[in-house]
Amino acid sequence: MKEEIIIAGFGGQGVLSMGKILAYCAIMQDMEVTWMPSYGPEMRGGTANVCVIISDRKISSPIVTRYDTAIVLNQQSLDKFEQTVKPGGLLIYDPNGVIHTPTRKDIRICRIDAIEVAARVGNPKVYNMAVMGAFLKMKPVISLDNVDKGLAKCIPARYSDLISLNRRAIDEGMDAVVEIG
Amino acid sequence: MNIEDIKKPENLVYSKTPLLTDAVMHYCPGCSHGVVHKLVAEVIEEMGIQDKTVGISPVGCSVFAYNYIDIDWQQAAHGRAPALATAVKRLNPEKYVFTYQGDGDLCSIGTAEIIHACARGENILVIFINNGIYGMTGGQMAPTTLLGMKTSTTPYGRDAKLNGFPMVIAPMIAELDGTAYITRQSVHTAAAARKAKAAIRKGLEYSVKGVGLSFVEIVATCNSGWKLSPVEANRWMVENMFPKYPIGDIKDVLKDK
Amino acid sequence: MAEKILLKGNEAIAISAIRNGIDGYFGYPITPQSEVMETLMKERPWLTTGMVVLQAESETSSINMVYGGAASGKKVMTSSSSPGISLMCEGISYLAGAELPCVIVDCQRGGPGLGTIQPSQSDYNQVVKGGGHGDYRNIVLAPASAQDMYDFVDLGFDLAFRYRNPVVILADGIVGQMMEKVELRPEKPRRSQEEVISDAPWAAVGKPSSRERNIITSLSLEADVQEKFNHKLQEKYDLIQEKEVRYETYRVEDAEYLFVAFGCSSRICEAATDLLREEGYKVGMLRPVTLFPFPAKVVSDMADKVRSMMSIELNLGQMVDDVRLAANGKCPVGFYGRQGGNIFTPDEIAEAFKKFNNFE
Repeated sequence: MKEEIIIAGFGGQGVLSMGKILAYCAIMQDMEVTWMPSYGPEMRGGTANVCVIISDRKISSPIVTRYDTAIVLNQQSLDKFEQTVKPGGLLIYDPNGVIHTPTRKDIRICRIDAIEVAARVGNPKVYNMAVMGAFLKMKPVISLDNVDKGLAKCIPARYSDLISLNRRAIDEGMDAVVEIG
Repeated sequence: MNIEDIKKPENLVYSKTPLLTDAVMHYCPGCSHGVVHKLVAEVIEEMGIQDKTVGISPVGCSVFAYNYIDIDWQQAAHGRAPALATAVKRLNPEKYVFTYQGDGDLCSIGTAEIIHACARGENILVIFINNGIYGMTGGQMAPTTLLGMKTSTTPYGRDAKLNGFPMVIAPMIAELDGTAYITRQSVHTAAAARKAKAAIRKGLEYSVKGVGLSFVEIVATCNSGWKLSPVEANRWMVENMFPKYPIGDIKDVLKDK
Repeated sequence: MAEKILLKGNEAIAISAIRNGIDGYFGYPITPQSEVMETLMKERPWLTTGMVVLQAESETSSINMVYGGAASGKKVMTSSSSPGISLMCEGISYLAGAELPCVIVDCQRGGPGLGTIQPSQSDYNQVVKGGGHGDYRNIVLAPASAQDMYDFVDLGFDLAFRYRNPVVILADGIVGQMMEKVELRPEKPRRSQEEVISDAPWAAVGKPSSRERNIITSLSLEADVQEKFNHKLQEKYDLIQEKEVRYETYRVEDAEYLFVAFGCSSRICEAATDLLREEGYKVGMLRPVTLFPFPAKVVSDMADKVRSMMSIELNLGQMVDDVRLAANGKCPVGFYGRQGGNIFTPDEIAEAFKKFNNFE
């Protein structure tokens, strides 16, 4: 099993930390991971993206140009990465602010209104976990047990109450994702 | 009393400290470095801290200080002695660490290192020999060269428009909270040398009290570079250097309290 | 089982330094390596192991702090990125000249000048061939993963103390910024002062009456003395060349074509090798882990067997000179590289391979 994922959106949407949590969950499942961000001035309030690869074998190149899954959280990221999804791959997008919706017919396309989920859970910071829930629903590559362990690794013990909140956002995200094509 | 009587141990009235090695100094006759070296060696001997002292020598005439004082030495790149001393002291806080630097080393190429060591309040002693000239490279202008002073790179005298003004560093670093003791001394008379020695001792003592950086500037002569006899050089220093670089304490945080 | 955690390469350097009992770190912020000092400052090792961590006023000062710390026998290190390494080259030359052990991490970015903050491997010549003035060599380790970053800190200090020589970990923006699973090796405590003195009897850290004074210097004004010292250094470098070559190979057993790549490029070449193998080309890869000493003999032996080689680098062609010298005309040696912070993909390398070998 090897899953090459690009996660992209605005800085502040939790793109990098979602990638990190996903990578940690994969480690808990004893898989190999790489997490390669774009870095530099574009991080400052602009768009951010991170490529996460999880695999049950040693990962060679951390740099890829075609992805099994693209998770895009704004229009620019959708425009940039829709064409990079491998045929038969998966594209997950948040419709908020997206005017030009995805057009490809050879990939699976899913929508997750993660802002609505985060509002329902009651904390805007769990926005990215709702998105991660959507991904895990569509591609259950990591067991929920290991997701719990990964969350516990990423969230400092003094914020342990946030673990359950994040887990709830993941669950709600799993329920809220809609496959549209 | 013949010469053999005079040499008997019971008639001995003075001897050099064993911390000064028997190496023949390369310094020119009349140079202040020899006197300052002797003072440093005497202070280390009197304090009994040979095994706890690390000296950092600069680039310049005193690059070979390690040949003359019998302690462990590190020889630094030009101007970087305070950076070395910072690390040695932080990694070995119980040691006495001092740098020995000339005006080109400390006041020109090493300005950043000395200012930041002062700002950080490193617990080290800096001995700064200010003779207003580059001795080792053959008498070029130093940052502390006086206006009008002739050197090989200011053959018509230092001109402020062309060469800028002399650098006066001691009062500058006195402004920094990290400095503890700043003084200007000289070694042109026995009395002056005694005061300079006391200042060096105080600086070393402060360096293990955790009060910050001590800075002992020695206004010095370079009779070769100045093209004067040793006696004339001393007189020239008193008449010309002292007005610009007045002798005396500038800051002492323990005394000023 | 040893604990495995997710770390950026730069963070792995910092965590490894603390866990391996390093005495001091002196650095200055620069992208893309600032996480090294940030991680150390966050971990506050001075409260646990007693490790000293200091933000200096410049790279010039950092490397000279390393000189002072190393001259007192301590395990000290710094890290920077390309422009900062340029500033450090004076100090590195002095460290080599005074035969002082230390570890320097260069998380390379593109140049020349201020260049870009994106990944690059364009400091190969600077770090492997010298950088500073005078006849000297750094021992150079090229990490390709966060685990390498972690492991090379300890390996680097081993080599640095064994040979009294600076060791450079020549990383890049990818290896520094990428997060991977890192296995935390067993901890090593910091050495006691007695152990420091026994490891480094030459250290200038206070002269007891039992020995002559220790002087750390790189100065000798007499030509014959300096020449003798140069020869002594060369003997040391020859010994390092003989004993310390490290490399990895990938699918070379029946290879007819060879990629040579170091650091992050070797990871991408590995994927390119697989791609080409799927298409029926018998390709293998050699990854030099030490850049000095360079695995010249391995390249020479491979040159007897393969039809051609290609050096794949994120620069305009630097290591390729060493590959060509080692191959010594026995087979054609090509080059493919990207610059400016651009990174080649496996497909791109496969295309370049076909072009160089006239398969199109």
